[in-house]
Amino acid sequence: MKTGIAFWNILRKDMRNYYLKPPNISWGIIFPFAWMLMFFIKSGTAMGVRDILPGVMAMSILFGTTSMLAVTITFERRNRSFDRLLLAPISLTHLMLAKTLGAILFGIVNAFVPMLVSLFIIDLAGVNWLTVLGAVILIAVTSTFLGLFIAVSVSEVFEAQTFSNFFRFPMVFLCGLFIPISQLPIFLCPLSYIFPLTYGVDILKAAINQQGFMIASISFPLLLVFSVALFMISKHNIQRRWIY
Amino acid sequence: MNTDNIIVQVSHLTKNFNNFTAVDGIDFAVHEGEIFGFLGPNGAGKTTTINMLTGLARPTSGQIAYLGADYTKDIKRAQPLLGIVPDESNLYEELDGFENLGFCAALYGMPKSEREPRARQLLEQFSLTDAGKRPFKFYSKGMKRKLTVAAGIIHQPKILFLDEPTTGIDVASARQIRALIRQLNESGTTIFMTTHYIEEAERLCHRIAFIVNGKIIRIGSVPELMQHVQQDHILQFTFADAVQLPPDVESQFPGCAVSRLNENMLRVQSPQPLPLMPLMQFFEGRSMNVLEARIIKPSLEEVFVRLTGVEAGEMKKDKEGQKK
Repeated sequence: MKTGIAFWNILRKDMRNYYLKPPNISWGIIFPFAWMLMFFIKSGTAMGVRDILPGVMAMSILFGTTSMLAVTITFERRNRSFDRLLLAPISLTHLMLAKTLGAILFGIVNAFVPMLVSLFIIDLAGVNWLTVLGAVILIAVTSTFLGLFIAVSVSEVFEAQTFSNFFRFPMVFLCGLFIPISQLPIFLCPLSYIFPLTYGVDILKAAINQQGFMIASISFPLLLVFSVALFMISKHNIQRRWIY
Repeated sequence: MNTDNIIVQVSHLTKNFNNFTAVDGIDFAVHEGEIFGFLGPNGAGKTTTINMLTGLARPTSGQIAYLGADYTKDIKRAQPLLGIVPDESNLYEELDGFENLGFCAALYGMPKSEREPRARQLLEQFSLTDAGKRPFKFYSKGMKRKLTVAAGIIHQPKILFLDEPTTGIDVASARQIRALIRQLNESGTTIFMTTHYIEEAERLCHRIAFIVNGKIIRIGSVPELMQHVQQDHILQFTFADAVQLPPDVESQFPGCAVSRLNENMLRVQSPQPLPLMPLMQFFEGRSMNVLEARIIKPSLEEVFVRLTGVEAGEMKKDKEGQKK
């Protein structure tokens, strides 16, 4: 009960202080909308929109979640308000879950912005909505925990942003978001498979365009493994670096 | 103060960072209802000790017990008993005073029906009712400090840790904070505080530990600590011009220790009563024009300087420089 009260209030505070701030809401809308518009203009037809939808959704989640963790974790750590959380009688696992749940929800909402925009442009018949929802949730969880891993590995917000780009930009090009993995130079293909986003995008492609080339029943558990591993490494880093 | 009930007992507590020993096998106990002061220069190990006691640092060795139970390996379990006020106000800038207190209470699992009346009561007790709806970022430093103290006691802890509670705030706010500390203690809160203001420790604390280079070199009540200097006689001379330490003063007045406080002040100290007129004549004979001679009552500062070799003024300047 006491943990529940602490958990809910940490989440609520973060939602109010960070995620529901007008700049973040506008970022969540403008970023995916701009990408959709760019591809729509480039292709000149609405046909290309469905092709790029899985990539834009995945990218919206990736950028949304990793950017927010740099603020909610690194910034709070920098101004020492995070110490207040570490000193509270709530386990580190619960604390980190409360701190990341806001980003996960933010990522999920971000993912559905391009989906909503697409509804006005193209016919989305034949989409496997349940699989889309499952994939969006798992991509949001994995990306958030990647953001957590980055946030606890650095000391400054600008370092978190720079370090995030070290992961984010290769992922944009190597995870099959816009360039199919089969079209990548052969020596880059193995790299694609070490990024969790590859599996998430593949599930989305299968659910939206029936173009996935991996088996969803393998991709889902793999995303789960990535999530658990990133969370455990982050937790270990906090224990090692912040509770010195 | 109840000396039978020990709130926190620390035994052989040590913290090493690679080859550096920050805290070196310290032992002390804090009794229920007392204000226990932890006094030492920068880098002495005060904050590292607080961090180990509260769960922000892991001891290399030693034991920490609260209310008789050993929590060394799992301070997390003891955290509901502890209130912590860090040396810098670390509440949330965007939240107002009332929300900050409510959030801190929620971290300790207090339901809304308990935390809201408690937050209102504390805002009133700390004279912050009017500021309760103002975002924390618009508070003055003194108000921030008061709200941080209030946040530390929102869950009614068994012991409150105060790290440098009056550093970096104006004189009036510091007085208010000291009055609040006294008031909290009178209402039954046990307090562990670090400070570099010796006079503050002298005025507030029932017992004081001096810590230097990670080691506690003396613990006692103020009268117990003062025993070391109570027999001392001190005369402080102010001269019209800049003076040097006369080389023969100690041979002329055996048993006296003479030190130069600044360019025109000397201090003469002795376990024997000091001969004022011969000293005046001695200085005048060396063209040192005495403006004033003052009898100085030995203070806790004398004890501190004697035991630690650190000038209190230097310690204060150091700490305030760091804050800026």
